[in-house]
Amino acid sequence: MANPRAVLLSEWTKVRTVRSTVITLAVTFVVTVGLSAVICAVTNSNWKNMSPSEQATFDPTSTSFSGIFLGQLALIVFAVLVVGNEYSTGMIRVTLSAVPQRLTLLAAKAAAVVVLVLPVALATSFVSFLLGQALLGSHRTTLGSPHVLRAVFGMAVYMTLIALLSLGVGFILRKPVASLGLLMPFFFLISPILGNVPKIKTVARYFPDKAGTQMASVVGSSDIPYGPLAGFFICLAWTAVCLLGGYLLLHNRDA
Amino acid sequence: MIEVHELTKRYGDRLAVDRLSFQVPQGVVTGFLGPNGAGKSTTMRMMLDLDRPTGGRVTIDGKHYSQLSEPLRHIGALLEARAVHPGRSAYNHLLWMAQSNRIPAGRVGEVLDLVGLQEVAKRRSGGFSLGMGQRLGIAAALLGDPQIMMFDEPVNGLDPEGILWIRNLMKSLADEGRTVFVSSHLMSEMALTADHLIVIGQGRLLADLTMDQFIDQNSHSFVRLRTPEPEALLSALAAQGISAVPAHHDSGHAGSYEVLDGDAAAIGDLARDQGIALHELSPQRASLEEAFIRMTASSVEYRTGGEPPVPSAMSNQMPTAAPTAAPAPTDAPAWGAGWKKES
Repeated sequence: MANPRAVLLSEWTKVRTVRSTVITLAVTFVVTVGLSAVICAVTNSNWKNMSPSEQATFDPTSTSFSGIFLGQLALIVFAVLVVGNEYSTGMIRVTLSAVPQRLTLLAAKAAAVVVLVLPVALATSFVSFLLGQALLGSHRTTLGSPHVLRAVFGMAVYMTLIALLSLGVGFILRKPVASLGLLMPFFFLISPILGNVPKIKTVARYFPDKAGTQMASVVGSSDIPYGPLAGFFICLAWTAVCLLGGYLLLHNRDA
Repeated sequence: MIEVHELTKRYGDRLAVDRLSFQVPQGVVTGFLGPNGAGKSTTMRMMLDLDRPTGGRVTIDGKHYSQLSEPLRHIGALLEARAVHPGRSAYNHLLWMAQSNRIPAGRVGEVLDLVGLQEVAKRRSGGFSLGMGQRLGIAAALLGDPQIMMFDEPVNGLDPEGILWIRNLMKSLADEGRTVFVSSHLMSEMALTADHLIVIGQGRLLADLTMDQFIDQNSHSFVRLRTPEPEALLSALAAQGISAVPAHHDSGHAGSYEVLDGDAAAIGDLARDQGIALHELSPQRASLEEAFIRMTASSVEYRTGGEPPVPSAMSNQMPTAAPTAAPAPTDAPAWGAGWKKES
């Protein structure tokens, strides 16, 4: 059987030797931190115009993560390209002839993604939080406040899970265009829209991005009937299903 | 040693590979020959466990491919030249491959030297020409120093120098005692490199024999005759016990005949003695290409309309099996030097 450490090292070499890795992860960081900062600054200056109920349920922590709404798209591109590029160039056949053990290969790719995304996600969530709180002025919170640190770590975990989920979809749909064509509208349009449609939103609130929001919030959304821990498991379940589907297809389908 | 046993691959209604069984002999170049669409690439992908067979199995050194712990050390394959991320350098492409099979990183430099890519090793492979891409693919196949090498149509799209380079490489690999399995749809190419032939058509085995056997069986000589007095000539030949058959392909020239293993001088003398005019008297040798086309004719899937099923008229134009391919012009730059000018 293939040596898992050797395969992990080889997958690590793959991700670090293409430009798209640095570009997509840098964009994830810059867009998330930047957009979050802008939203925090605007919120602070508009505080007086907010309704009393909005002021009462205001969550400075999740507000400082608002930019992830857009920033996660770059993260999805990164994870999709990790596998999609191999299919679009035909390199997957070189990969599978070097590592015919499909499970080892998929696990090594997932591990390489985690090793790279987790530090970027932690940096993104902490910088987003600290910069956002600085811009929120008197409405800020601190890392020491109840549940705040959990939410900041929750944000990083959410980003990592989204990357793994996208990797799984990349294995299922193979072509980067197909994977991005599904994931980008889903996270950017479909989930937010369905989340506001009566009846459908009772289902839509179990979507991975909604579950992720719960992980990264201190004051949970009143629409969502579960807490941060359940949110983590829901998000984890989506990720596991996508990776499992990817593995089954990788195992059974012609490369 | 590669053993293919009852290998079958079905795509919907179509049988791409149909109970194919053969062994690839060790230490020689084996040509895997068949017309386009015969199932060569599908078979090779199944040999590498990339495609799942509908039935049958392939073993490499007695094991299924997925049981090889470090397969690149057993078998090196070139399936597609362009199967590289265009943004990754040749060095890094070979590096990840080496790491996955615990091949020392120093081997990367060795194989880059071997194929002559050391100077562009750090450059993005997206800018490589087809020939350079092919060399990178061969470097990848050589990486694990395997005893078995597999090439799928390696000369396709290459310039003459590149073709010559690949041809010599395959021979030298076999001379080192390695097993070389190379697919092609050109008999003339295989005649120059292969010691053994496995011919398939429509996924079925048509022949499994040595190159010498194939030549003995197929490269027969004959004498072509053309005369305005066919009756007189045929009866004169018959009187000598020589049988002539109409040359079926030269429909434009009535009165063309072929005498298998005939002696052109004796037939010419006979015609002169009998006062029969001859408009053509030429010794011919059937080309191996023609023999191959005849062998696979019944199994060719897509034939252009209007052509006879056995295009034997090609024997006039096609080169014979003798090594007629021109060697690289002596004043031409070494193959692979082209990129230096481009850059």
